[in-house]
Amino acid sequence: MRGATHARWAVCATAAALAATACGGGGDDSGGGGGDGSGVLSSSWGDPQNPLEPANTNEVQGGKVLDMLFRGLKRYDAKSGEANDMLAEKIETSDSQNFTVTVKSGWTFSNGEAVSAKSFVDAWNYGASLKNNQKNAYFFGYIDGYDKVHPEDGGKQTAQTLSGLKVTGDNTFTIKLNQKFSTFPDTLGYAAFAPLPQAFFDDHAAWLKKPVGNGPYTIDSYAKGSVMKMRKWDKYPGEDKAENGGVDLKVYTDNNTAYTDLMAGNLDLVDDVPAAQLKNAKSDLGDRYINTPAGIIQTLAFPFYDKNWGKDGMEKVRTGLSMAINREQITETIFQKTRTPASDWTSPVLGEAGGFKEGLCGDACEYDPKKAKEMIEDGGGLPGGQVKISYNADTGSHKEWVDAVCNSVNNALDNDKACVGNPVGTFADFRNQITQSKMSGPFRAGWQMDYPLIQNFLQPLYYTNASSNDGKWTSEKFDDLVDKANAETDQAKAVGLFQDAEKVLRDDMGAIPLWYQNGSAGYSDRISNVALNPFSLPVYNEIKVS
Amino acid sequence: MGRYVIRRLLQMIPVFIGATLLIFLMVNVMGDPIAGLCGDRQCDPATATQLRKEFGLDKPVWQQYATYMGNVFTGDFGTAFNGQEVTELMSTAFPVTIRLTIVAIVFEVVIGIALGVVTGLRRGRPVDTGVLLITLVVISVPTFVTGLLLQLLLGVKWGWISPSVSSEAPFDELIVPGLVLASVSLAYVTRLTRTSIAENRRADYVRTAIAKGLPRRRVITRHLLRNSLIPVVTFIGTDIGALMGGAIVTERIFNIHGVGFQLYQGILRQNTQTVVGFVTVLVLVFLVANLLVDLLYAVLDPRIRYA
Repeated sequence: MRGATHARWAVCATAAALAATACGGGGDDSGGGGGDGSGVLSSSWGDPQNPLEPANTNEVQGGKVLDMLFRGLKRYDAKSGEANDMLAEKIETSDSQNFTVTVKSGWTFSNGEAVSAKSFVDAWNYGASLKNNQKNAYFFGYIDGYDKVHPEDGGKQTAQTLSGLKVTGDNTFTIKLNQKFSTFPDTLGYAAFAPLPQAFFDDHAAWLKKPVGNGPYTIDSYAKGSVMKMRKWDKYPGEDKAENGGVDLKVYTDNNTAYTDLMAGNLDLVDDVPAAQLKNAKSDLGDRYINTPAGIIQTLAFPFYDKNWGKDGMEKVRTGLSMAINREQITETIFQKTRTPASDWTSPVLGEAGGFKEGLCGDACEYDPKKAKEMIEDGGGLPGGQVKISYNADTGSHKEWVDAVCNSVNNALDNDKACVGNPVGTFADFRNQITQSKMSGPFRAGWQMDYPLIQNFLQPLYYTNASSNDGKWTSEKFDDLVDKANAETDQAKAVGLFQDAEKVLRDDMGAIPLWYQNGSAGYSDRISNVALNPFSLPVYNEIKVS
Repeated sequence: MGRYVIRRLLQMIPVFIGATLLIFLMVNVMGDPIAGLCGDRQCDPATATQLRKEFGLDKPVWQQYATYMGNVFTGDFGTAFNGQEVTELMSTAFPVTIRLTIVAIVFEVVIGIALGVVTGLRRGRPVDTGVLLITLVVISVPTFVTGLLLQLLLGVKWGWISPSVSSEAPFDELIVPGLVLASVSLAYVTRLTRTSIAENRRADYVRTAIAKGLPRRRVITRHLLRNSLIPVVTFIGTDIGALMGGAIVTERIFNIHGVGFQLYQGILRQNTQTVVGFVTVLVLVFLVANLLVDLLYAVLDPRIRYA
């Protein structure tokens, strides 16, 4: 303790100009606990968009809480992204369609209730059921009986539970899928598959006020819209116990303010460094600034329903556009290397074995202005003589990079008017225009993986009529290969088939890969051992507070 | 007086209905908010339909408006997309913004009027020119520049204040944000008071008061200032509403979870219920503030009577 106090004073003295408030504030927060795992850190947060139910949370802010509050059957390794057993003792299958799950015994929710097979089955049935309005319901779409509890065509719901789920014992249940899906167990680390305690169903309103889970943290207090105080759960039975006393998630109105607060020493962790500050982050924070790959890829999608873009021969124009984009320069100057130029349609976090293949895109993603011009002219030129790249202007720094992409295209084509940005006011409006198939030119498409599988980067985005196939690209050959890959039990072979499918996508340039996005974070000198996982969430339970 | 107030209150009804209808239509024009709820992917159609039904978005606009107004009169402002009642959001946001507004108004009244009186009485002197110059600078610099600059200097460089306001937002943390919020209006109040004072100084009743041998202090406070305050009070009264609704920039910079922040978030998420609810209350605030200003005229100037 003495040592820690001295250290704090030393820091205060040397950084008096910066940290005058930090020293006072820091002392209050940690309650004098230093280095013994009882210190509490504060972290920036945003108001979750949806109620905090596992199957209803599809954005990163709510995801942060669920990641601390719940543990599912599987958990993705913070470094490699590999799906490891968490609550699953074993998941067995002989045909890639029928699975038997054994849940480890000895796990409880923080209210004392045991986590059993029923906790999972009840939670999944709740998530899938149409009447509960869960936005992640489609995750249960592979389970048999989904069409009865969640009729897609707007028909009446004819069943309350998924017929593919059966509890066969206290700790065992079986899953029957409606198609072969060999890597299905690896998807079970996604938050939507978390178990839920009986309290969730008994008193739903009370549970939402103060959610109860089975993870290393419990919620101490929750003031909606301002702060959530999460504290270490001492009786947590898992091995990944929290190494700090807790986390205070503070809602910030603006990520610039959060960054300023970090500078002033009022905040310990900012997991979303604003684009405007990226340039200074390195000099402001030194090695307390981290920038690691995340499972996010940005692409430009095309409206294949538009006859100008969908007709044969346009693949040359699309490829030409791809070659006209100087990814290297844009990622360096605009994003300060927090993006990496993309050369396939997946993400580096998958690793070679998982299906990431650098350079799969080949020449089509290399900057070559001369060839780009030839290709576009070869394909009949730009439809209407101009491309308009649509994006939502309300969040992110989309305007900057769209303008840069256009600039790059214009230079390659020696035409000032070849490419212009087309901002759309709000994200909701942007999504509306996409879902109603109203786009008339390429548009921004981003994808953050749900689970680290190559399948997740291809099937939802490019399979015919898939949920996120915004451009309505379609290819029989691609669909065939994906089906085959899903049925393949040998992982290496499955990955090979997925990559073959990816090559089909490349040859038609169904979407232009732009860059892989990194997660970036900055932290104060009070905390250490900070890392971001492949979902760009901080690994909170491993953070040490000194 | 009583009849006047009643007449004014009755006049508020059409204004209130018209204003809320306009807001309702404007938010509606932005399009279907459900599409924004599912991130970068399409909501599955069944869930989207269900959500639309639950929020009443499947009905024609006039019917939505009628139901909404019906609910508002029973005190039900609807539910935001994150499952929180809008009244609950209001109960956390309005106290914060009201505190911020009080701080801002106090600054306007105390500093603005004091500077106005001083400069009005010393027209053409160096102090007058100096203050005029400063107010000109304040008026021409946008609020977000003042805000970010003060935050950086006082909060990070010198460490006098915390750069962000905590979620409880007590008065002492709101002093700097309040000053930033008030800065432009403060400059206007100074200029208005100055002109008004300078004009009335030559009025007959002031000369009479001085000739009667009243002490200078009494002449200024009772006779000169009271008569000069009418335009200033009008300005401050309308400013109350503007400050409460227009604090979006200041609230974002200083991390204040008030009305401006909720409105900003509501607009981004196209959350009709939140936006219309908050704006409705703001409309009421505007109307009441205006009525109070009109009544204050009679207090300040006994020649004005309402019948």
